Amino acid sequence: MTDETAKKPLLAVRELTLDIATPHGTVRILEDVALEVHPGEIVGIVGESGSGKSMTALSVLRILPPGARIISGGIDFEGVDLATLSARRMRGVRGRRIAMVFQDHMTTLDPVITIGAQIEEAYRIHHPRAPRSEAKARMIETLTQVGVLDAAERAKQYPHQWSGGMRQRAVIAMALINDPDVIIADEPTTALDVTIQAEILAVLRGLRDSRDLSILLITHDMGVIADMADRIVVMKEGRIVETAEVHALFESPEHPYTRKLLDAVPRPSAETAERSQPDAAAQAVLEVEDLVVQYSRGWRRDGFRAVDGVSFSVPEGKVVGLVGESGSGKSTIGKAIVGLAPITSGSIRLGGVELQELHGRAARTARETYGMVFQDPASSLNPRMTIGECIAEPLVAHRRTMSRTARRERVVELLEQVELPAAWVTRFPHELSGGQRQRVGVARALALEPELLIADEPTSALDVSVQAAVLEVFQELQQRLGFSCLFISHDLAVVELLSESVVVLQRGQIVEQGDARSVLNDPQTEYARRLVDAAPLPDPARQRARQLASIPTV
Amino acid sequence: MKRPSLLPTSAVNLVPTTQQSSPDKLALRRFMRNPIAMIGVLALLITVIASVLAPIISPYPPTAIDLTNVRQPPSAEHLLGTDSTGRDVFSRLLAGGQISLMVGFLAALMAVAIGTLAGVAAGWFGGIVDGIISRIVDIMLSVPAVLVIIVLAGVIGPSVPMLIVVIAGLAWPTPARIARGVVLSLREEEFVQAARAFGSRTGFIIFRHLVPGVLPPIVVSATLLVAESVLLESSLSFLGAGVQPPQSSWGNMLNEAQSLTVLSSMPWLWVPAGLMIAITVLSAMAVGDGIRDAIDPRKNR
Repeated sequence: MTDETAKKPLLAVRELTLDIATPHGTVRILEDVALEVHPGEIVGIVGESGSGKSMTALSVLRILPPGARIISGGIDFEGVDLATLSARRMRGVRGRRIAMVFQDHMTTLDPVITIGAQIEEAYRIHHPRAPRSEAKARMIETLTQVGVLDAAERAKQYPHQWSGGMRQRAVIAMALINDPDVIIADEPTTALDVTIQAEILAVLRGLRDSRDLSILLITHDMGVIADMADRIVVMKEGRIVETAEVHALFESPEHPYTRKLLDAVPRPSAETAERSQPDAAAQAVLEVEDLVVQYSRGWRRDGFRAVDGVSFSVPEGKVVGLVGESGSGKSTIGKAIVGLAPITSGSIRLGGVELQELHGRAARTARETYGMVFQDPASSLNPRMTIGECIAEPLVAHRRTMSRTARRERVVELLEQVELPAAWVTRFPHELSGGQRQRVGVARALALEPELLIADEPTSALDVSVQAAVLEVFQELQQRLGFSCLFISHDLAVVELLSESVVVLQRGQIVEQGDARSVLNDPQTEYARRLVDAAPLPDPARQRARQLASIPTV
Repeated sequence: MKRPSLLPTSAVNLVPTTQQSSPDKLALRRFMRNPIAMIGVLALLITVIASVLAPIISPYPPTAIDLTNVRQPPSAEHLLGTDSTGRDVFSRLLAGGQISLMVGFLAALMAVAIGTLAGVAAGWFGGIVDGIISRIVDIMLSVPAVLVIIVLAGVIGPSVPMLIVVIAGLAWPTPARIARGVVLSLREEEFVQAARAFGSRTGFIIFRHLVPGVLPPIVVSATLLVAESVLLESSLSFLGAGVQPPQSSWGNMLNEAQSLTVLSSMPWLWVPAGLMIAITVLSAMAVGDGIRDAIDPRKNR
């Protein structure tokens, strides 16, 4: 480590200050940001949304949004200042010496051009005289390097024919084809499932080892950073609050914000002992039996089974976690229960009442007994309605005789339960932050004092510290009000924190279910084990030990 | 049950984020800051007020013939001169404004009402309802409006109510398409899904969630429809299939300009009416564009 730091940094950001002009005046985005990247080093930038971590990366490549201006400071790269370099020479650096891997593999690739042609294009921009055959050879070589099998054939395909993880590999290949010295990866795995994320991270790590590539990794995920980074830069509101070596940062964070960030990460603690065993005698609030949800794909084609013969139950007063990767059908089960997805066969009983036998008025009345919290608080509240009106909606639907004042009182009571000020009834959703909006979502779901709450990824759109606060409110309410809950999530740590038992889904079928702690700590099935192993632990020592134990097959 | 460590206190940010204001109020504020739109509003307002007050401010009855004073150029007695039968052009312009604007606004209002209902129904219910409404819309859009009205004017006789009903009947597909599109996307929004999941009634969802969402783009299309209707009324009246003399409208005032002598040497007979049509149409369009920019803040930047 000492000889590494003694070396001159490859990339150095010096006291960078950046402003953006908006219609409401100039806003300071970055202030005195300074960081160094040495050859072969992975530097992680962590921070919550709005901390300026992406802006720092964009400044390095000077691909800033319109209105942005570097006020002071510079970016040293091999003795030149990128902040003042001419546009023409900057183009020679971009993609050639410093390349970028973007987050969203859906929008980074052009859907109407073959993957191979897009990667070749990245090469030919910087090698205009290179013959096509050379670009093609480079493209196949690079794709093979990032773990694409049969690259020559697969490169002829279009983005929609590739899976998400494969597309992200293509994006990395695109960054890599010009053999850059530095790769800036902005949330490269955020849009991916954990098992795929583990593979992509392994690819990036392998590239660092094999070609001494420097990586500037931007992420909000403490697990990913613990897994990958050598040094970590913690950002908050456009400033760097702490820079430290990875082990030091996790063991003894110095800045209070870093500590807060680390404390907020839900971690599977080994000592959540004496949990009540699932009580067989407890009455089930929700019983799902042999549920099948099939979407038709037009006549003459077989339907797509999103949920295929799933049975489980939620005992009274308990929280059951429903986990699985995208496409596992976990959200569809939630939707089927609340009547937003068609039930093809099987049965859903809510408090002993078979939902499918209910129609019209009776079906609507049955909805009183459950509430639902949706994933995205930004879109699950009508932007044109006040917070009060949003929360009152279930009351309007089911308590028609309730007086206006009684309804208002109930709304205020609910706001207090989720720890929001009562005066906010007249506010509009856009005036609230994400976490506050999700509290409103929880309040709305609880308006009718439901027996069952269905929460579909309620915190996955939130920052980690906000998530912690929302989960705490949720947990407290669950214990106080004693409702049962079906908690749908892809985040195993969150599920372990909240739920007594867990159901693991894969492609619409249950692969494992049982007591949450035993399933998540000692999975019995291959798939569940892969899922558990793939989630990076927010602990560099443990995570790296695990890394060595299981070199993922690419 | 022992609770694993979370944040020490759930810190709620008590600092007010911004002023309390609904998206609609914010849009209104943006609209007020748009100079072109405000000029449009002002011009439209003056035109409407002048037309409404026509009986009071008109110096002469609009249909009073004075054969001793035909085709007089503008003077102190006749501000905008007189026409071929000695009627006061200024008075006729005000009276014509009443008719033209009434046809424009009423036709647009009816078209929007029919179109919104049809579009929301098509978008929300989908399936066969959508199929039927959308096919009717397609058929209506393929009908040449002017020809239909000329034929109808020939069959049932030209009149102002006929004009309003027929223009509305031909114009509703445009707002219907817009409403359908907006509802189709709103329907998939999580807050509508949420309302369904909570067991809200269809009527409640339509009037509480869908209609308010559909309204802003519909208002834009309504202002454009006013402009189109005024134009259509003018063309039809000019062709003689619309408002019939002696009743005046901006369109049939232009009728006089069919002769070359009038066109070249008596501009007071046709310039005022033409100018009023142009001002009204331009103002309505400016207002429409202003509303569209105001409800979509991204276009302002």
